[in-house]
Amino acid sequence: MRLKNIFATRWGIIGVGLFIGVFAALLQKLGNPGNMGVCVACFERDIAGALGLHRAGVVQYIRPAIIGFVLGALIAAYLFKEYRPRLGSAPIVRFVLGAFAMIGALVFLGCPWRAALRLAGGDGNAILGLLGLIFGIWIGTLFLKKGYNLGRAQATHTAAGWVLPVIMLGLLALLIVFPQIEGQDKSGVLFYSLKGPGAMHAPLLVALVIGLAIGFLAQRSRFCTMGAIRDFVLFRQTHLLLGFIALVAAAFVTNLIVGQFHPGFTGQPVAHTMHIWNFAGMTLAGLAFALAGGCPGRQLFLSGEGDGDAAVFVLGMIVGAAFSHNFGLASSPKGVGPYGIEAVIIGLIVCLLIGFTMRKRSNA
Amino acid sequence: MSTKIDARGLSCPQPVLMTLDEIKTGNTNEIEILVDTETSKENVSRSATSQGWEVKNVSEDGDEYTITIKKG
Repeated sequence: MRLKNIFATRWGIIGVGLFIGVFAALLQKLGNPGNMGVCVACFERDIAGALGLHRAGVVQYIRPAIIGFVLGALIAAYLFKEYRPRLGSAPIVRFVLGAFAMIGALVFLGCPWRAALRLAGGDGNAILGLLGLIFGIWIGTLFLKKGYNLGRAQATHTAAGWVLPVIMLGLLALLIVFPQIEGQDKSGVLFYSLKGPGAMHAPLLVALVIGLAIGFLAQRSRFCTMGAIRDFVLFRQTHLLLGFIALVAAAFVTNLIVGQFHPGFTGQPVAHTMHIWNFAGMTLAGLAFALAGGCPGRQLFLSGEGDGDAAVFVLGMIVGAAFSHNFGLASSPKGVGPYGIEAVIIGLIVCLLIGFTMRKRSNA
Repeated sequence: MSTKIDARGLSCPQPVLMTLDEIKTGNTNEIEILVDTETSKENVSRSATSQGWEVKNVSEDGDEYTITIKKG
């Protein structure tokens, strides 16, 4: 038998949550936007912008943390012999779920990770987002109980599991070859932001190293913000939930120490106060994550372990971000976008249809 | 008499759901669950323990694990 995985223990997952909470808050201190030390949805949206898939000028940057998440998980998976190239569990459905998860998250302005960090920074709107997230995941658990299942993945070529990690290496190469030029919004093929959240970032190397560390630890501990809530609702298991709570607590304490805790609803960084749509946007995201089996961070870590279906979900999120900004679905601090409400409703209908129609007893 | 569950290729939380469903039927005192990721192995073992079952054995064959759980 192999050495027991200490990160899979209760204190292991709590330790990982504490680590993420502290370093996410510090990334904000080091230059990231407010309450956005780590936000998988926002960062993938920024990557979509940097590549020109959407042209929202304020959110364009290849976020090194995302690259670190995938590669850190890949390193951990290889070191501990857990790299398992696999794919084929309804990839097109996962792509669509990824796209709508992103659309919902960008109506709220954050994924579950950022919802936690917003709460830890005193942003009261995060409470509505988190309640929406819980509600969406709860709907997802009803489908799971009724036999919702996207089917089995199959083992595949080692190289097939490397596709998303190689894409991440490619993004890193672009970032190094075409660094930001002071005062210019374009460098080679990449777009950069001159103002707004996309212009605010911790130094490349710092963000990359913290991303790698989080990717490594999260792969070992199976950290998942959606699973935290799902497992509690479905099985009354608190294992992953303790990690999620530890993240919020650690970020809160770190924010207090470095002077980043500002309680209130209005004037919060990269946030709006339309409560219903904060709730509904995250309901859509939560349902999509639950149907896909993992939060956006977990999908990146699984991609690093060779899970091609999770990688397709990630690509769906990046494309969803492009649609969000091209179609005016994403919110801004002023409120929801011109077509954000319609998009949330369509997304919920699509997710419900997926939940109702894709039931299969797994032993069939 | 032991019951077998094949949860290979299924992702979280399916292997756990299948195991708990089988435990709930009350038809058996011993269940063998076949999984193919370390994560599923940990999750199934943790859930079985939380139901008062004990993990009797975990055998590894290439990329697959067979977890044998027994009613405590």
